[in-house]
Amino acid sequence: MSEGKPKIALYWCASCGGCEEAVVDLAEDLLKIAEKVDIVFWPVAIDAKKEDLEKLRDGEILVSFINGAIRLSEHEEMVKLLRRKSKLIVAYGSCSYMGGILSLANLYPREEILRYVAMEAPTVENPGETMFKEKTMINGVELELPRFLEKARPLDEIVEVDYYIPGCPPTPQVTLKAIETLLSGNLPPRGSVIGASDKSLCNECPLNSTKPEKLLVKKYKRLTHAEIDPEKCLLAQGIPCLGPVTRGGCNALCIKAGMPCTGCFGPLDGVVDYGGKAVSYLASILDVPPEKDAVLKALEGLPDPVGYLYKYSLAKSLLFRKRAER
Amino acid sequence: MVDEPRIGVYVCHCGRNIAGVVNVAEVAEYASKLPGVVVARDYMFMCSQGGQQLIQDDIRKYRLNRIVVASCSPNLHEKTFRRAAKGAGLNPYNVHMANIREQVAWVTEDPEEATEKAKALVRGAVERVKHHEPLEEKKVPVKDKVLIVGAGIAGISAALVCANAGKTVYLVEKEPSIGGMMARFDKTFPTLDCASCILTPKMNEVASHPNIKLLTYSEVVDVEGYVGNFKVKIRKKPRYIKEDLCIGCGDCVEACVFKNPRFYPKPDEWSLGLKRRKPIYIPFPQAVPRVAVIDPEACVYLKYGKCAQTCVKACSRNAIDFTQKEEIIDVEVGAIILATGYKTLDLRKLPQYGYGKYPNVYSAPEVEVLLNASGPTGGEVVLRDGRKPESIAIIHCVGSRDEKYKKYCSRICCMAALKLAHLLHERTGAEIYEFYIDMRAFGKGYEEFYRRVAGEGVHLIRGKVSEITDAALTPEEEGKLIVRVEDTLAGAIRRIPVDMVVLMPALEPAVGSRELAKLFGVSVDENSWFMERHPKLAPVASLTDGVFLAGCAQGPKDIPDSVMQAEGAAGQALALIDKGYVELEPNIAYVDEEKCSGCRICVGLCPFGAIEFDEERGKARIVEALCKGCGTCAASCPSAAIQQNLFKDQQVMAEIKGVLAAMRGG
Repeated sequence: MSEGKPKIALYWCASCGGCEEAVVDLAEDLLKIAEKVDIVFWPVAIDAKKEDLEKLRDGEILVSFINGAIRLSEHEEMVKLLRRKSKLIVAYGSCSYMGGILSLANLYPREEILRYVAMEAPTVENPGETMFKEKTMINGVELELPRFLEKARPLDEIVEVDYYIPGCPPTPQVTLKAIETLLSGNLPPRGSVIGASDKSLCNECPLNSTKPEKLLVKKYKRLTHAEIDPEKCLLAQGIPCLGPVTRGGCNALCIKAGMPCTGCFGPLDGVVDYGGKAVSYLASILDVPPEKDAVLKALEGLPDPVGYLYKYSLAKSLLFRKRAER
Repeated sequence: MVDEPRIGVYVCHCGRNIAGVVNVAEVAEYASKLPGVVVARDYMFMCSQGGQQLIQDDIRKYRLNRIVVASCSPNLHEKTFRRAAKGAGLNPYNVHMANIREQVAWVTEDPEEATEKAKALVRGAVERVKHHEPLEEKKVPVKDKVLIVGAGIAGISAALVCANAGKTVYLVEKEPSIGGMMARFDKTFPTLDCASCILTPKMNEVASHPNIKLLTYSEVVDVEGYVGNFKVKIRKKPRYIKEDLCIGCGDCVEACVFKNPRFYPKPDEWSLGLKRRKPIYIPFPQAVPRVAVIDPEACVYLKYGKCAQTCVKACSRNAIDFTQKEEIIDVEVGAIILATGYKTLDLRKLPQYGYGKYPNVYSAPEVEVLLNASGPTGGEVVLRDGRKPESIAIIHCVGSRDEKYKKYCSRICCMAALKLAHLLHERTGAEIYEFYIDMRAFGKGYEEFYRRVAGEGVHLIRGKVSEITDAALTPEEEGKLIVRVEDTLAGAIRRIPVDMVVLMPALEPAVGSRELAKLFGVSVDENSWFMERHPKLAPVASLTDGVFLAGCAQGPKDIPDSVMQAEGAAGQALALIDKGYVELEPNIAYVDEEKCSGCRICVGLCPFGAIEFDEERGKARIVEALCKGCGTCAASCPSAAIQQNLFKDQQVMAEIKGVLAAMRGG
C-alpha cells in the first residue's frame, strides 16, 4: 500500500452480487487497475472493517464505487460514511443508479413484504409466526439488526452522487471506460453517466438498419409466444424491445444473443421518467384503431407494464411519489 | 434560462367573468412575491387598449423581459398580448398565458378554491416563462390556388367567388355531376322559386369558367403540407368516356343493349332509387359536365369482356374509351374549402315509421325527386302502386331532436316540410297533414311562408307521431297507412288514415366525413360535423390553418345559409392567398443530432410527413416548413432528442413543478 496511489473503495448495498462479479470480470484488467490504485475497502474481497474506514481522513478516498439499492438502515449509515471519506461517489450499476430490479418491491408495502418473507412464502414453515425483530436479547446481550426501510431507494436519494455507471451489471468495457475517465483527471460535469454512450442502444444495434421505413406495430408479443427472426429489428417484429429508450454502451449484448433490450442502462439525458418515455414511444408506434378493445388486444403481449418498463428504474420513477399535503 | 428573468404578471378581471369568482387582487399579490417577478397587477380588461398599454409601459419602465398574462384561453388572446409585447420591443414569444377563465373561473365554483387554483396556474406560468427564449416567425410564400371539395351549392358558390377574383380553383366532386342535393329539388323555400332555374346557370358558369378546373367523379386521396402550401392528390375515376369529345347527346345511352327498364342493372343514384338506370348514363338532364359515364360494375363489356358495344357504334364522336384508367392528379394550393355536404339519416333505423316496410312511406328527398320535372315521373306525384294520393301525412323531426338518434335540430326540415305540403297539395289536391313538435320559422321570410302554407288548408297537428301502421281498426282505415299521434293541442290520441307518408329525416354528415376530416386534419364535433374554429367569431375557419368550411359539412343549413358561409369561406381563402405569404408559428420541433440514435420511432408518426431519415448519417431530420408543431414526434422520441419550441421538456416540467409547488402551499 504505497502512499502515492489514489485510494478507492468498493461497497455493496442491496444487490444481488452481480456488480461484484462484474468487477471480477475485468479479469487481467483488474490487476492493471490494482497497480494504479490502492483499494482500501471492499468487503467482498479484502479484509477491511468499518473501523478502518472511519480511521481515514475525510476526503482521503479518491472514489468510492457503490452498488446496490438502499434498503437497510445499515446501507444508509455506510454510504453516508463513504460520502464523508470520498472525494467522488460513483453509483455503480442499475440498483444504485435507479433502484434496480429489487426496487420493484416498492409496489408492495414494507409490512406485506416482511410478512410474506417470514410467514407466507411457499418455502417457509413458520407455525409460531415468528417475525423479524430489530432488537433481540440473547443470554443477556442485546443484538441489533439493521432496519428494513419503507422503500428501496437509489443512492442519490441518500447522499450526493458525482457519477453514475449504468448496467445490470455494468459490462467490463463500460467499467473500464468509466475508470479511465475518472483517472484521466478530465472529469465530465458532475451528475453525468459515465462509461456508456450518449445515444440510445439503436445507434449501436446491428439490427437497426433492418428497420422498415415506417416503424409501426400491430400488436406486441411476448418473446415466449413469438417466432422471431433474430436477424431483424425485434421491435419491428412486435417484441417490445426497449433499445430506443435505453442508453447504449453495452454493445447490444442482449440483442446479439437474440433477446430484446430490457433497459438496464436506463434513460438518456433529459428523459424525466424512463417508463413514461417507454410508454410514449411504444404507444406512438402502435398501429391500431383508437378503440379501447383494439388497443387492449394489441397490448396483450405486455401484461405487466410496470414490471417490464420500470424493471430497473421503479425507485427513480415518478410513480408512487406521495402527493404533498397542503 | 438565457438571461436573468424580469417578469411582469397581469391578472385580468375579464369584467365579472374572472373577478366574480377569483380574488384577482390576491392572485396578483401572490404573484408579486414569486422569484423573478418584478411587477404584478390586476386589471379590468387586459385585452383592452388600456390593458395592453399597461404591459407596454411596464416593459419599458421595469425593463421586463418576460410577461405572464393570467386571463382567458390563449386561443382568444395569445396573439393580442404577443403583439402588445412586440410593440414594446419584447420578443413576442417571451409572453405566456395562464388560462384562469375557462380553466378556473368558469368551472370552479368555490371562490377560495378558484383563487388557489388561479395562483397555482400563475406560478406554473411564471416558472415556465423563465425558460422561454426569443423565437422568430418564418414567412413562407403561399400558392395562389384554391381547392374546393364538394360541388353542391356551397362548393359552387365558393368556387365562383374565388374564380371571379382571378384565382385558379380546383373544384372536386365525387359524383359524375356537380349540383349536389339542391339539383334534386323542384322548388326552394320560402320563395318557391324553381331550384333548377337558379342552380343550373351557376353550374354552367362553373363549367365554362376559365379559372375553374372542374374535377368530377374524383376524390381527394392525400393531403400534405400546411397553410398556404398544400400538396393534394386527387384520384379521378375513369368514366370510360372521353370528356373532351362527348357532347352529352345521349345517343350512346339510347343505344345501350339494355332495353327494358325493369331489367336495368342499377338503381339510379340521382333519383334515389325511384327508377333504375343503364350501365351508361347521364346522371340527370341538367348534369354538369353533360358527359355520359359508364358504370364498370354494371357494363356488360367491362364486366365480362363481351358485348355488342352498341354504344360505341352509336357514338358519332368516338368518345367511348373502354381502356380509360383512373388518373392521379397532383395539385398545389394555398387554401382549401371543404363543402362536402350532408346525407339524410337512414330511416330504417326508425322501424316505427315503416320506411322500407310500407311502399307508400317516402323520405323527403325522394319526394323532392318525385316532384322534380326531371324526375322519374316527370313531376307527377304517383305512389309506388300507381295511385294518386288523396291524403298525405308529413312528419317532422324524424330522428332530429331525439335523444335516441340526433339531439340537434336539423334546421331545414320545418320549412322544407311546409314547402312539400304546398307542392304536394298543388300537384295532387290531397288533404295534407303535418305533424310537428315545434314550428321553427326563423329565417327571412320564413314566418310569412309558414302563415301562407297554413292558410292553404294544411292540417297542422302538434305532436310526435308514435307509429305508422297498416293495421286497420275501422273500414275507413282499410288499405291506408294510419298515423298514430298524440295531438298535444287537442289533448287527444288520434289515428289518421292517409295514402302517403313523407318523413323529414335528420341531417347527418356525408358518407366518409370522418375519413375526410382525418385526411385534411380538421376536427369534428360530437356528431361528426366539421368543427368551426369559433361558433360565433370564426364560423368558416376550421381548426387547421388554411382549411375553411362551407355549407352543411359544418352543420345543417338551408340554402341561403350555405351560400352565405360558402362566400364567407371564399373571402377568407382569398384574404389568405392574396396576402402572398403566411407567417408560421415558430413552435416547430427540431432534432438534437448529438442525441439522435437513429431509432426511427418518429419517422412514421409525423402526420405532415415532415420527418426525413438521413440513411447515411443515421439521423432523423425535421423539415421546418412542413412541421406544424403538433408535438407527436417530441412526445414519442425515446431519447428526448426531439424538442419543440414553446413546448420544450424543461418548459413543460418547470410549469408542472410551479403548479405543484403552489399546491403544496409554497
